[in-house]
This record gives sequence, structure tokens and C-alpha cells, in this order.
Amino acid sequence: MKTELDKNHEAHRMQGAEGAAMATAGGTAEGSGAVATEPPVFRTEGLTVYYGDFAAVRDVNLTLSPREITAFIGPSGCGKSTVLRCFDRMNDLIPTARVEGLVEYHGVNLYAREVDAVEVRRRIGMVFQKPNPFPKSIYDNLAFGPRLNGIRKKSELDAIVESSLQRAALWDEVKDRLKSSAMGLSGGQQQRLCIARCVAVEPDVILMDEPCSALDPIATARIEDLMQELKKQFTIIIVTHNMQQAARVSDKTAFFTTEFSIAGDRRTGVLVEFDSTRTIFSTPSDERTEAYITGRFG
Amino acid sequence: MALTNPARFGAASAAGLTRSRASRRQNLSGRVVEGLLLSALAVSLLILVVLIVHLFQRSWSVLDSGFGDFITGTLDASDARTAGVGQAIRGTLFLAVIVAIVAFPLGIACAIYLEEYAGDSRIARILRVNVRNLAGVPSIVYGILGLSIFVKFAGGLTGGRTVIAGGLTLSVLVLPIVIITASEALRAVPRSIREGAYGVGATQWETIRSHVLPSAGPGILTGTILSLSRAAGEAAPLLLVGGITGLLRTGDQSLWEQVTKGGFTSMPVAIFSYARQTGSDFRAVTAAASLVLLLVVVLLNAIAITLRNRFERRW
Repeated sequence: MKTELDKNHEAHRMQGAEGAAMATAGGTAEGSGAVATEPPVFRTEGLTVYYGDFAAVRDVNLTLSPREITAFIGPSGCGKSTVLRCFDRMNDLIPTARVEGLVEYHGVNLYAREVDAVEVRRRIGMVFQKPNPFPKSIYDNLAFGPRLNGIRKKSELDAIVESSLQRAALWDEVKDRLKSSAMGLSGGQQQRLCIARCVAVEPDVILMDEPCSALDPIATARIEDLMQELKKQFTIIIVTHNMQQAARVSDKTAFFTTEFSIAGDRRTGVLVEFDSTRTIFSTPSDERTEAYITGRFG
Repeated sequence: MALTNPARFGAASAAGLTRSRASRRQNLSGRVVEGLLLSALAVSLLILVVLIVHLFQRSWSVLDSGFGDFITGTLDASDARTAGVGQAIRGTLFLAVIVAIVAFPLGIACAIYLEEYAGDSRIARILRVNVRNLAGVPSIVYGILGLSIFVKFAGGLTGGRTVIAGGLTLSVLVLPIVIITASEALRAVPRSIREGAYGVGATQWETIRSHVLPSAGPGILTGTILSLSRAAGEAAPLLLVGGITGLLRTGDQSLWEQVTKGGFTSMPVAIFSYARQTGSDFRAVTAAASLVLLLVVVLLNAIAITLRNRFERRW
């Protein structure tokens, strides 16, 4: 059960090491208009998520490539966060949530009976809307994940803590107070700490659920710079309310909106358009996308 | 929109700031409410102060002469001069220790299961409602339960009417309170902390152990403190399971024999047995014993609050 996911994960890591070779080798074109040189990280087919009887989002078909930043944009209630939370099985924590359709991660159906959600989350990290450091020291925040993976040696943990903080561009600010509480950091620092915490377990994908909505513009800019760095190694999916942010940071953009359901009483989220960010923001093919990005609604 | 109220705009608006009848009226009613709330607080505090002063006055003859003998003395409801609360204090401490050993781990375990694992099924909901009902069951009923289970049925294990049977009875009595307060503390842990732990690949138990329990710890401890004070103050169930009133002779029994065989008493039981006696001497003894019980409860709370504060600061 775990082994299948493990194998895929390892295979992907190998690919990362030989990334340059792979990139030149070329591949088959697939996805919605974009040229994909590698097999996709995620593929969804007819993904529908229910909360109780209510379909929050329905029939989502997406194909996401490795080492790209994909932005999910759209008005409130369009299901973009819900879809994001399918990718690391975070919806499992909501008792009434039910997922239909296919969510494939490197060809493995994440919702197959034999897949262990905990193993999924060790490979697919998540950064939340509100910075949520643990009420512990900065060091313990970062060491928690690696410790779960059985790393006990202090020297190893020290190295992971330092490299993760460096990759999250936080090391210089906190290196002298690793033992003090993470709750004493500013909002932007806390969010970078959460990103570092995510990076510390060496995930393959980082999911970000409106990571900058609680931050000021300067902290936001730092996180956006950081995302460009992280993109070299990780596949990133970001949900954002901020269209400028999506235009600045992402390679691909998926636009979601709400539609009245067939019963006609409640709004259900649907994926309208998924394409390269440049296309979405310059020549979108759907008029609803155009209306949204030009600020006529939402 | 037309200017319907010119006084609302420009300089007229600013002038209105200083003398507005509406705002003065609001001020008045605000002050009345504040005064009422303050007097409610004053009345509550006054009752407490009167109680304590009254207890001091009444017990002065005991406190003044031979308080040392009183605090170490034996339970003796026949002679006010030799009556003391030494055994009762020891009994109350024993009971508190047994409650802490039995009810706390059991109650916290129940709370963790109900909050974290049971989910929202029908059975879980029924269980939660019933735990709340159990917390409202009168303590005398728990006394009957203790008598039939811990004294009669399991008398071979508890030694019959011993402090163990009493402690177990009190444990059952406070168990629902421990479960409820611990559940509330667990529920108060923000979802973001759980998500953070799950997000880096923690299992449910790892999340609970490393993050949920430490966050809920101070709250859980506060609840358990309250239940301990409740246990220390109960008389009725102990009277049923063998708390000694009147006269308790421990003689030269060892501590072990006292716990497993001998009769026991506790502060509230001692107060009860002194209060039944007539005469001003016994009134003084009763008041002194009440003061000591208050002191014991305050002491228990102080210890627990200190522990909680240390626990809170640990990270």
C-alpha cells in the first residue's frame, strides 16, 4: 500500500536529480494547451466534493506539471480551497466532506482505499491562510516533522533546521533565538516559519491556501520572492484572492467561479478555465474569466 | 442624498460633541449599569468576608489556646477540649491523592476519546449528553453507589469501609466533571494547530500527543483542580461509605493498616460530626474546623495553579 506511493515518490526524486537531462529529453504534449515535458504531478478527473448533500465544487479536471506554480483564483465560495485540500487529503478532517472522481498524484489515486492519508501529507506539505506556528520554540516547530520521520540525532536536526530556515529566507532573522517561542515572531515571519516547517520534511509539493491574506505588502513581497526560489525544487499550488499576486507569481492559473446547481438553490463551484497565466490574464477564452480579471465582478 | 440634519455636518457637528443630550443620557444609563454590576460584586465579596470574619470570631477560643493540639488532635465528638482535626486533614489528603490517581487519568482519557476519536455519531452524542447528566447527579446517590460497589461488592479489594472505598466513591463523583472540563479544554484547541501538525504528516495520535494535549494542558489542569476541591468538600457520600463521625481511634496502627483496614474520616465529615454537638465549645471547634477546611482547599488550589503556570511557561 505505502510502497506504491513510496516508489512513485522516489522515482520523482530521482527525476529531480536528473532534472536537466530529463528537461532536454523532451516529451509528449499534453495538458490544456501547454507543452509538458514531464509526466504530471497531479491529475484530477471529474473531481466533485460534497459537504453533506451539498456539492461545494463539481467536475474539476486539472493536470498540474512539476516545478511550476499554479494559482487558483476566483470569487469566494467557488471551491478553490476545497480543491486544494483534496491534494493532501486535508478534507478528511472535515467529517461531512466526501470526495468523488479521481485525484491522481504521479499516477496513484490519492483516494484509493489503500492509500494512507498520513503518508500523503508527508509528501505534500501545506501552508495555511493564517500563520499557524505551534506554540513551541522556533527550533521545535521545524524539528517536529523530521522527528516524526525518525530523525533523532541532534546534529542532523540542527542541519535540517538551518537549511529549512535558510530556504525560507528566515535564518538571518532568527538564528540567534531558535529556542525562543515562535509566537513572538511577526506575522510575516510566522508565515515564513510555516513554509520552513513545510520544507523541513522534504515534501514534493507545497500547497498554499491564501498564504499572504493576513500579511502586509512587504511581508507578501518576501513570500512571493521565496516562492520563486522554492519553485526550483517544489511544485507549488497557491490559492489566492489577489489577482495581481496570481499574475506575478504563477506559471499557470485556474479560474473558478460559482454557478447555480441543477436544483437551483445553492451555488456550486466550477472550474471555468485553466491555462498559462499569461493567456488567462491577456486573452482568456471564457467571458466569465475576462469579467473577473478585469474587475467587473468578484 | 439631501442634507436632512444640518447639525450633522461641518463645524456644527463638532460643536455638538461637547453638549449632546443623547450622549449624556447614554452616559447615565451606562453608569447605572456599571453601578449595579459593581454592587453585585460587592455583595458577593461581602458575603465571603462576613463568612470568614464570622468563622474567625467563633473559633477564636480554639485558635487562641491550643490550636496546635486542635490541628493534630483526634476526632472526638464527646469532649470539645480534646477534639481535633489531625485525622480529618490526613483523611482529606488521602482522598485527594486517590481522586488524583484514579479520576484524573480516567477522566482525561475519556475526554480524549470523546473529543478526538468518537466523531459525531449518534452514540457519541448520547454519551456526551449522559456525561453531562451524570455531573448533575446528587452526591448522596454516588454515596449509595459507593456503598454497594466499593464497600459491599468489592469489599475484598478495598477492605470495606476504608479510605480507599471513600476515595473511589469520590473519584466516580468527580469523573463527569473531569471529563466535561477536559473536553472543553480539548475543544478550545484551535483547528489551525491540528492542521499544522497533520500538514507535516503527523498521525492522529502524534498530533494529539505533541500539540493538542500540551495546548489543552493548562485548561485540563484548571478543571481537575476544581473537581479536586469539590471532592475535598464532600461529606454526604463519605458518610455512607464509612466516614467516621463521633470518635475515631487509630491507636498504634501503621499508616498501611490505617489505609487498608482502619476507619477514616475527612474534614467535611469531621465538621459534620462536631456541628451536631451542642454547646459553645463545640461551636468554636466547628468553626475552627471549617476554617481549616477552607485553608486546605485554598492550599490545594494554590498548588495546582502554581503547577499550571509552570506548565504554561514551559515552552
